[in-house]
Amino acid sequence: MTTDQITIYINNKQYQIKKGQTIMKAADSLGYHIPRLCYHPKLSIEGACRVCIVEVEGAKSFVASCAAPVVDGMRIRTNTKAVRQARRDIVELILDNHPQDCHTCERDGNCELQRLSSSMGISERFFEGQRKHYEQDISSKSVVRNPNKCILCGRCVRMCSQIQKVTNLGLAGRGFQTVVMPAFDQGMEDSVCVNCGQCINICPTAAFLEQGHSEAVFDLLNDDSLVKVVNVAPSVRAAIGESFGLEAGKNCEGQIFASLRKLGFDYVFDTNFTADLTIMEEAAELVQRVTTGGVLPMITSCSPGWVKCLEQFHPDMVAHLSTCKSPMSMAGAIIKTYFAGKISVDPKKMVNVGIMPCTAKKYEAARPEMNTNGNISTDYSLTTRELAWMIKSAGIDFVNIKPEEPDNPIGLSSGAGVIFGATGGVMEAAIRTAYHMITGKEMGEVKVEAVRGFEGIKEAALDVDGMEVRVAVAHGLGNAAKLMDIVKKHPEKYHFIEIMACPGGCIGGGGQPYPMTNSIPLDEKSLAKRASALYNSDDANELRRSHENPFIKTLYEEFLGEPLSEKSHKLLHTHYQQRGPNGIIPKEIEPLSA
Amino acid sequence: MSCNDCNKVGDPRYDELQVYIDSLRDKPHFESYLIAVLHRAQGLFGYLSEETMNYVSCDMNIPTAQIWGVATFYHFFNLAEQGKHTVSVCMGTACYVKGAAEVLETLKKELGVEVGETSADKIFTLDEARCVGACGLAPVMMIDDEIYGDLTPDKVVAIIKKYREKAKGAA
Repeated sequence: MTTDQITIYINNKQYQIKKGQTIMKAADSLGYHIPRLCYHPKLSIEGACRVCIVEVEGAKSFVASCAAPVVDGMRIRTNTKAVRQARRDIVELILDNHPQDCHTCERDGNCELQRLSSSMGISERFFEGQRKHYEQDISSKSVVRNPNKCILCGRCVRMCSQIQKVTNLGLAGRGFQTVVMPAFDQGMEDSVCVNCGQCINICPTAAFLEQGHSEAVFDLLNDDSLVKVVNVAPSVRAAIGESFGLEAGKNCEGQIFASLRKLGFDYVFDTNFTADLTIMEEAAELVQRVTTGGVLPMITSCSPGWVKCLEQFHPDMVAHLSTCKSPMSMAGAIIKTYFAGKISVDPKKMVNVGIMPCTAKKYEAARPEMNTNGNISTDYSLTTRELAWMIKSAGIDFVNIKPEEPDNPIGLSSGAGVIFGATGGVMEAAIRTAYHMITGKEMGEVKVEAVRGFEGIKEAALDVDGMEVRVAVAHGLGNAAKLMDIVKKHPEKYHFIEIMACPGGCIGGGGQPYPMTNSIPLDEKSLAKRASALYNSDDANELRRSHENPFIKTLYEEFLGEPLSEKSHKLLHTHYQQRGPNGIIPKEIEPLSA
Repeated sequence: MSCNDCNKVGDPRYDELQVYIDSLRDKPHFESYLIAVLHRAQGLFGYLSEETMNYVSCDMNIPTAQIWGVATFYHFFNLAEQGKHTVSVCMGTACYVKGAAEVLETLKKELGVEVGETSADKIFTLDEARCVGACGLAPVMMIDDEIYGDLTPDKVVAIIKKYREKAKGAA
């Protein structure tokens, strides 16, 4: 027996385990799932909720298993009458301060507190606790904060500071008066919130939700005077099935397109197409920056959470952001100009809805610089969750519906477009086309394995016909912050950087379906399944490179001219602003020279 | 100055705060001195304004949400400008039994404020205290360091009037 092995007893059964772990981790590995609430494997240990208590022989009181380490000879009991009763009391006390409005709550059926209560066997309420009466914070275009539903587990606060390094949310006040809020009790709109929505994903209840637009979209769909257009982002197809009980990683694009037609959209488009278009512009921009001594490294700008993050926390680096709009905003620009012309409809009579894995897209859609000829490019941006709800609410049998294809000319896409939804995908797609633009040849192997997977920061040095192109990819804003530190110290290190605000990229977006029973937010296994749906779609596509898409070629021939043309610049490119949030960074900002 | 956001050059109180923060900078776990720094800031300014918290945030490289969390957790920190005099009503058991609630209500009406707020003329800040150790005089209130006992609503109004006239006379 090696010295790092110890003996413990769980429920009178003897086990040999490695020392240096918590009771909860040890129990997990031995097949005992201790109930838990504030604990999350990706976050620091809070020990706030006490739901995970166990009995330890010799201990004066119950022990929080998430925080207590195992000790040699420890005798642990997870399910005695006393500990079950105590655990149930703890959850009951949480429920007593919680609104009793499950049947009208957005998280009904998806709520961890509800699941926990049922697994505790709570069938009666004995106490009537004090309730909280705070105003909901609806100031943000993306995220609604409702302290009345908050149970103070602190997961959102840890997510915001530890994973995303935004630290917008904090616990203010003390005791029963504690509230999760931004600094100075500012509205989310005025705060440093980047709208990533990860607080929504990690919240066990409905204390954070997206700003809902599904009813507004239902209203539009009932307006016969409008031409209703919709486009669906790559990662939505990899995740929406989970909302209908399908296994993670099932590509549901055909069902989505069919459902959107049944909902009443006149033209059903695929954001994958404008992902191809983004690549044409972004690869051309990269080639131009590299060959003409432009600002390098160039950093992707598809992720609106990342864009606001950079504007706020790295305002000296706005010149590094690609001027390309995101695929959603490019779709809006093309729909309300090129496509409006094709079907001879006044763009003012058109509405365009984006179906996005993202809450920050709602903020992006409202940025005035995204407008096209004075018209809003994306009238509404809905999350995957909102679309799933609309489909259910409209009584559409999503699981059994006959799959359909999107409409052209904004429908057909290459495999490069679909992989946008996973971390590293934009980089890989851009490399495939940039290689062609620089060399006039095609890459032999289209897969760029080095930028795939869930490593926080990925790097690759690519040989482009004798020229070395150095790239890096980060996902999750905490990793982005680390990468920016590297770039500030070594400005020459990379030519091109992809950053996605959410862990895993868009497949882990703040608007994606809530984790199913027995899975956790940020769970890499389910993220990997979602990613595989996109990579499989790429593999199955005959077109692997954006510049091979025949409709892209036609769009440039008929309308745009060429990448980075005057028209492209007007419609498909944008600008950024340096934002100085209070107390975080200096207001007078020297732009970082290239 | 490492912080040019707040642009407080010229206010000697910020210079003093800066000197204090700089004296801590090389200590292990520099950020753990946040409470001490906020304490010093309140000593200088009388309360913690957003401006001051932003200044500390920049200078100590601590996110404002965390500073706000500390400032709102401790009762000691004032988040609004304080009046010239602090009126603390004892809400301890003895005072409570002898009518502290009535005293507090009278003060709220007389000063036009809720607990923790400062009157419009900036003369009074109303506060609650736990037992001040003068139970024999219950109900009591303190104005700054002075204790007033055996209070009735009428007595409270008279005492406040006296302070108000004195403050206005001085101004």
